[in-house]
Amino acid sequence: MTEALSPTTPLLEMCGIEKSFPGVRAVVRGEFNLRSGEVHALLGENGAGKSTLIKVLAGAHRADSGTIRVDGRNVHMDSPHDAVREGIAVIHQEFNLVPALSAGANIFLGRESTQGGLIRKDEEHEAARALFQRLDSGIDPGTPCRDLTVAQQQLVEIAKALSQKARILVMDEPTAALSSREVEKLLNIVRELRNQGLGIIYVSHRLDEVFAVCDRATVMRDGEHIATEAVAGLTRGRLIELMVGRKLEAEFPRRTPDIGPERLVVRGLSRGRSVQGVSFELRRGEILGLTGLVGAGRTEVLRLLFGADRADAGRVTLDGRELRIRSPRDAIRAGICLLTEDRKRQGLVLGLSVRENFGLPNLPRFSRVGFVRQSSERSAFESFVRALRIKIPDQEQTARNLSGGNQQKVVLAKWLQTNSEIVLIDEPTRGIDVGAKLEIYHLINDLAAGGKAVLMVSSELPEVLGMCDRILVMREGRIAGEIQDVSRATQQQILQLATG
Amino acid sequence: MKFSFKRFFSDYGMAVVLVLLCLYYSWATYTTHEPRGEAAAPVLATQVAGSVPKNANVLIVARANEEDVNFAAILEARLKDAGVRVVGKITGDPRAARLALQQLSTNQVRLAAIATTPECAAWTIFERLNEKYPDIGNPRVAIPQSYRWPTFLKKENLMNVANQIVVVAILAIGMTLVIITAGIDLSVGSLIALSAVVMTRLIRDHGGVEASNGMIFIAGIAGVGACALIGLFSGLMTTVFRVPPFIGTLAVMQVASGLAFIVARGGSIYEVPESLTWLGRGVGWFGIPHAVVLMAVLYLVAHVLMSRTTLGRYIYAVGGNVEAARLSGVRVGLVVVFVYVLSGALSGLGGVVLASQLKSGSPTYGLSYELYVIAAVVVGGTSLSGGEGRIFGTLIGALIIAVIQNGMNLTGVESYTQKVVLGTVILGAVLLDMLKRRNWRELFTSISRRK
Repeated sequence: MTEALSPTTPLLEMCGIEKSFPGVRAVVRGEFNLRSGEVHALLGENGAGKSTLIKVLAGAHRADSGTIRVDGRNVHMDSPHDAVREGIAVIHQEFNLVPALSAGANIFLGRESTQGGLIRKDEEHEAARALFQRLDSGIDPGTPCRDLTVAQQQLVEIAKALSQKARILVMDEPTAALSSREVEKLLNIVRELRNQGLGIIYVSHRLDEVFAVCDRATVMRDGEHIATEAVAGLTRGRLIELMVGRKLEAEFPRRTPDIGPERLVVRGLSRGRSVQGVSFELRRGEILGLTGLVGAGRTEVLRLLFGADRADAGRVTLDGRELRIRSPRDAIRAGICLLTEDRKRQGLVLGLSVRENFGLPNLPRFSRVGFVRQSSERSAFESFVRALRIKIPDQEQTARNLSGGNQQKVVLAKWLQTNSEIVLIDEPTRGIDVGAKLEIYHLINDLAAGGKAVLMVSSELPEVLGMCDRILVMREGRIAGEIQDVSRATQQQILQLATG
Repeated sequence: MKFSFKRFFSDYGMAVVLVLLCLYYSWATYTTHEPRGEAAAPVLATQVAGSVPKNANVLIVARANEEDVNFAAILEARLKDAGVRVVGKITGDPRAARLALQQLSTNQVRLAAIATTPECAAWTIFERLNEKYPDIGNPRVAIPQSYRWPTFLKKENLMNVANQIVVVAILAIGMTLVIITAGIDLSVGSLIALSAVVMTRLIRDHGGVEASNGMIFIAGIAGVGACALIGLFSGLMTTVFRVPPFIGTLAVMQVASGLAFIVARGGSIYEVPESLTWLGRGVGWFGIPHAVVLMAVLYLVAHVLMSRTTLGRYIYAVGGNVEAARLSGVRVGLVVVFVYVLSGALSGLGGVVLASQLKSGSPTYGLSYELYVIAAVVVGGTSLSGGEGRIFGTLIGALIIAVIQNGMNLTGVESYTQKVVLGTVILGAVLLDMLKRRNWRELFTSISRRK
C-alpha cells in the first residue's frame, strides 16, 4: 500500500471544475485527484455534485471552466469518445448492456474484430474468457446478458472497461443491487484491480464499503469540494458530518416499542420456488425486519401479501379474519399497503403531479359519481405535506423532479391516506441520502407508535439492526431463522443465518 | 387555478402554429370577390337605394339562368322595400333588354338606374344609352360592388374545413385516450366503413328510401354498437391475451374491413332517405353544421372526462406507469378495455357521420383514415409512449391538418405535393414536441426557479 500512495504524478487531476445548468450551479469548485493503484471514494449527499463531476470526467457534460489532467497532461473531454481514449471508463448504476446479445458480444460492442465483414466469434470469446478470468469469474461468454445475474452483468461491464484498456475506472453505486455475498466478491475484485495498478473512483452511499475498500475519500457538498482525507484517519461519524455539514445525533432514532397483540398471521405462504412455506406473525406497534441475501424471497413475500403476485398456497389472517387477496385492490381494501423498493418503476407515475400520485389509490374517497373533488384531494394532501415535511414548490410538481427522499414521502403519504393498518416497506431508504434517511426512520417509528404494524425488508444490516424489534432472516425462499433480541444481535449472526 | 403562460405554451403551443397557419392562408388567398346570385341582391339593393332619389325609377336586368332569376327576384323585393319604383324586371338575353328599353323610351319613363349583374353590364346595349334612348334620361348602370376578402375566411370555405375534419376529429378523441394508455388502435378506419354499411344496410332492408326517422336512429345506434363490440374485442385481446395492440388492432382492421364488404355484399348502398343527411349536411343555429356541434360536444365531454373524473386520472396513470397504477389498486384491465371500446364506438359514430354526409354507405369508406387520426393526435402533442396528452391538443392537431390541406387546395398546390408537405408537417410536429420535452421545459423551470 505504501508503494501505491507514493507521491508521484497523479494519474488524474481535476482542478477548479465548474459546471452550471440553466438556473443550477451543479458543481462550483470540483477538485479531485487520483493516483494509480488507489481506490478513491467520492462521497456526498444526493445533489452534492458527484454525478455531474463524474459526467464531466466521462465527457458527457462539458465543464464551464477548470482543467483535467491525465498523467500531468492537459486533456479536453469534449465527448465520451475522448474519455475512452484517455482510458477512462464509467460503470453506471444502470448497465449499458444489450440484453439479447451474449456477454462476449456486449464486451466488444462497436469494436468487433472482423474478417471479411464477418465477426470472428471464437477470438472474441477467447478474449472475453481471459478477461473474466482476470476478474476471477467463470461466466460463459456465449450467455445472453439477460440470463446473467445482476452481479454477473456488472462483471461484464467491468470486463468491457478492461478490454478498452481503461486505467481509470469509475464505479457509480456498484453495490446498490447486490446481495451481501456478491458485495464481498465485488470488493475483492476492486482490490485486485487496484493491485493491478488501476485508479478506481468509488461512488457509494454505503459507508461500510468505503471503510472496507477505499484508500482515500473526497467529500462534496453543494457542488463544492469539502475535504480529501485518508480513510484510515476517518471515523464513520466524521464522514457523515462532512457529508451533511452538521452533526447528526444518531443514525437511527431511539424509540420505546409498545407492542400489542398479533394482527397479521401468515401461515405456509408459498409461490413456486421463490417463496416456500413462509409463516410468521406481525404485531400491533411492531417493526418486523425481513432480511437475507438478494433473491432469498424477501420482496416476493411482500408482493404476495399485497396481492401483486398470486400465492400458490398459504393462509393470511388479519385480526383473526381470513383474508382472500387476489389483487392489490383487495389488499388495499383490507388495509394493507406496500411501499416498493423501486419507487420510479413501481411506486410513482413519474409524469403525473405529486397530488395526482397521492390521490391514485384514494380517488374513490375523493370523488363523487366519478368526478374528482380536487379541493378535498388538495387539502388532504396539504396536511400530509406539512406533517411529513415534504419539500415541494407546489402540488402540481411532477413526481419525476423530486429527490428520492421526497418521493418516498409522497408514496408514504398516499398510503397513510388509505388508512392502512399493515405497512409493508421494501428497502425504505434505497437511494436516499443520509440526512433524509433519518427523517424516513422517524416516520417509520411514528407509524409503529401510532399502532400500525410494519414489515420492513432491507439489505442494509445496520438499518435492520437499528430499526427493527424483531428480525426474520430468509434463505432460498424459506425463513432461515428469527432474531428476538435485536439489541444483542450482530451482523455476523444475520449473515450466518442468511448464508447457511 | 392560476393561469400559467408557460404551461399554456407547453400544452397548447400548437395552437400558435394553427393561428399562424390561418393567418398565412388568409394572406395568401386575399383576393377580389364579386358577389353573385342571391348573396349579391341585398348588396346591390342597398347600393342603388342609397344613390337614387326616393320614388326614382329603376330597371332590373339579369339573365335567364336560375341564379340570376333568384337574384332579380330578391333584388326587386328589396328595392321595393327601400321605396324605389321598379319599372321593369328583365330576365333574358340582350334582345329582351333592348325591347324593354325601347318600350320605356317610347313611354318616356325616366330611369335613374339600371340594376344588373357584372355579366349583363358588359352587354353593348348599355353603351351610350342616352344617345340611343334620349327619352329615358341618363341612368346609371349599377352592379354589385366587388370587395377584397381572403377566400380562406369565407363562410363557405370555413364550413368546408369543418366538414372535412369532423370525422377525423371525432375518431381522434378515442385515439387520444388509447394512445395515452400507451396503446394504439389501427382499426378505426375500417370501423368507419363497417358502421356506415351496417347502418345503411339496415335502412335499406327496413324501409329503404321511405325509412322512418326512428329506423334511421336505430340503424345508427346499431352501427355504433357493432364498432363498440369490435373495440371490446380489441381491448380484451390486449388485456387478457396480452397481444401487442399494434398487432391486435392491425388484425382487427382487416377483419372489420372484410366484415364491411360482407355486410354490403361488395357494393355501395344508396337506398336511403333524404332525411339521413340531417346530421352530415344539416345546419343549426348561426349556420353551424350539426356534425360540428356534435364534435364540439364530444370534445367538451372528453375534456371533462380526462381532467375531472377518476377514470381520466386512471387513464393517465395506466399510460404513465402501468405497474405503479396496478399497485395503487387501479383496475388496469378495465381501464384499457374501456378506452378501446370508446375508440370503437367513436369510430362507429364517425362512420355514421360520413354516411350521412355522403348519403350512402360503402365498405371503402375510411380508407387509411387511421393515419390521419394518429397524425392529428401526435401533432396535438400526445406522446406515443403514453401517459401524456391533452384532448384539446388533439382538436388543434386535427384542425392544423385540415387547414393545411384546405389551404393547399385553395392556393392550387398539386395533390402529390400536398402529401409531401403533410408528411413533413407531421414529422416537424413530432420533432418540435421532442425538443420541447427535452430542453424547453428544463429551461422554463430553471428560469422560473431562478426568479
